[in-house]
Amino acid sequence: MSLLKVTEVTKAYCAYSSEWLRVLRWFGIPTRPKEEHCVLNGISFEIKPGEAVGLVGQNGAGKSTLLKIITGTLQPSSGSVHVDGRVAAILELGMGFNAELTGRENVLHAAGLMGFSKEQIKAEMAKIEAFAEIGDYFDEPVRTYSSGMQMRVAFSVATAFRPDVLIIDEALSVGDSYFQHKSFARIKEFQEQGTTLLLVSHDRASIQALCSRAILLEKGTVLKDGLPEEVMDFYSALVAEKESSTIRTTPLKDGKVQTISGTGEATIDNVVILNSKGQIAEFIEVGERMSLVVQVTVNTSIESLVLGYGIRDRLGQTIFGTNTWHTKQVIEKPIAGSRYEFRANFDAILGIGSYSVQLALVDKETHYTANYEWRDLALVFNVINSTKSLFIGCTWIDTSIEVDKI
Amino acid sequence: MFGMLRSLWHYRGFIASSVRNEFITKFARSRLGGLWMIIHPLVQVAIYTLILSNVLAAKLPGIENRYAYAIYLIAGTIAWSLFSEIISRCLNLFIEHGNLMKKMRFPRIALPAIVVGSSLMNYLVLLLAACIVFMILQHDITAQSIWLIPLTIIVLMLALGIGLLLGVLNIFIRDIGQVTPILLQLTYWFTPIVYPQNIIPNWAKQALCFNPLYPIIEGYHEVIAYGRPPNITQLTYIFLFSLVLLLLGLFVFRRASAEMVDAL
Repeated sequence: MSLLKVTEVTKAYCAYSSEWLRVLRWFGIPTRPKEEHCVLNGISFEIKPGEAVGLVGQNGAGKSTLLKIITGTLQPSSGSVHVDGRVAAILELGMGFNAELTGRENVLHAAGLMGFSKEQIKAEMAKIEAFAEIGDYFDEPVRTYSSGMQMRVAFSVATAFRPDVLIIDEALSVGDSYFQHKSFARIKEFQEQGTTLLLVSHDRASIQALCSRAILLEKGTVLKDGLPEEVMDFYSALVAEKESSTIRTTPLKDGKVQTISGTGEATIDNVVILNSKGQIAEFIEVGERMSLVVQVTVNTSIESLVLGYGIRDRLGQTIFGTNTWHTKQVIEKPIAGSRYEFRANFDAILGIGSYSVQLALVDKETHYTANYEWRDLALVFNVINSTKSLFIGCTWIDTSIEVDKI
Repeated sequence: MFGMLRSLWHYRGFIASSVRNEFITKFARSRLGGLWMIIHPLVQVAIYTLILSNVLAAKLPGIENRYAYAIYLIAGTIAWSLFSEIISRCLNLFIEHGNLMKKMRFPRIALPAIVVGSSLMNYLVLLLAACIVFMILQHDITAQSIWLIPLTIIVLMLALGIGLLLGVLNIFIRDIGQVTPILLQLTYWFTPIVYPQNIIPNWAKQALCFNPLYPIIEGYHEVIAYGRPPNITQLTYIFLFSLVLLLLGLFVFRRASAEMVDAL
């Protein structure tokens, strides 16, 4: 018995040469769209009660469109979505909130929009107020709220009634970390009571923590459907492949611009991160043995070749850096056309977060005498923690704590 | 169609609270609050009266009161304000609530229902204000006022029919949003609201037959200003016309609702 059944869902956006042709079609006059832009192409899957499914995919893969169709705000062009029970979607928190009204009035309004009667809402009001934990502000106009307080109220009302299917679109980072944990716990609780979760996130950690299954969408089709880890690995490879093929010419997706400079006597062909299994990876576990592999081609015969690399955190601070001059591995007199592969193996004793790799091909210990190629943001990787106990900070210090009663 | 009515009934509480919220937010933090609702139309009437009553006073036979023109003007303005408010709000209704329609699942017919509700509230307040003004001007309100109920229903149906049609079309063809205020202005001046119909030259009277608002406004004049029953035959025609338009509006709304979110 499936709770949510998506059958051959296709969504095409039609463009007409004149919008009046669209109007004529409502009246049963067959007119042909000028072009159809297919966003979803024959999506099918079933979700059982209590299952938690992560939906992943690159931007433009069709995740949001699919969620809207399941929510019911968007109609599929063909195919059907069958849901047994009530769907609640947290696509955007605080929808329809009115700044002049109090938190309480907005709760009434928002829950009314979800289709609940006044009596039902009034019965739950005390619980909603208690969950939001914003004190007397609950009866103040929302315009006096901080954005975090507004999110708290919005999340409380959105999850006040346990739905049969809960759709969450990257809304898990609600408010401060205290409230994040609280909302996370509530979602877990729903799940235990049989609510099916459908979660869209780019955050591997939350997908792996919450979901028992993941679906990878690519260009409007289901590319992979299986265990979260397997699907996420596949997804990472997909992303990595894309990055390496476009990295030379385009600004990076996080808005930063990669700069490549240098005289070109030697050039970097390929940079990858390998995980402990020797696979190309974007995500590395805390403490995992990892390798930075750099392939270099020498274009012109030069005196000496040194590779330098640095690992930088998301703010651009170098966490660690060294080069083959310091490690006494200088390549003397490489000839034109020769190729080299450098492998830097190290343990990722890093705090969780996003890191970038900076590379330099030089002749000596610094790039002041010769700079063959200098590459910032050559690669981005993420350190995640699902094997170690929770810790904070920028580095993982392997610790054992001894507790004795004295 | 029945599905629409059922979901409207299910969402009645929401619609009612939305109408209430609109009032609260409109006058939140203003000293005079709801009084502004009356002040705006009354000032408009006062301006027209001051400027035009001297010119037109002699040409309003049938009303004894020396404020005849003001009374005539108020009668027409009440009807016009309901009509134009519903149309101009429906026009951008779906575009304004585009994000909501994309992200939340709720019966979309609730949106025009809220517009009708709050416009009707404004209308009732205005009607109440008019009664007060009439008392001050010592103009009698007769039993014929009962005709205001069918008249109001006709205005609602006509305005909602037009509003739905234009509102839906405006999602896809945004020029509608630009051209409609102009057309509303034209309609205002092509309907005897600020001027009595007897100053209209004969050639123009022909054209007035095509103005669906004309018999309605005339009805308001008859009932409020002259204390006479309106022209029933004419009103029946216009009622049927409004009904057809409303059904057409609802039909288009239903057919378009699958594609609305695509275009928003």
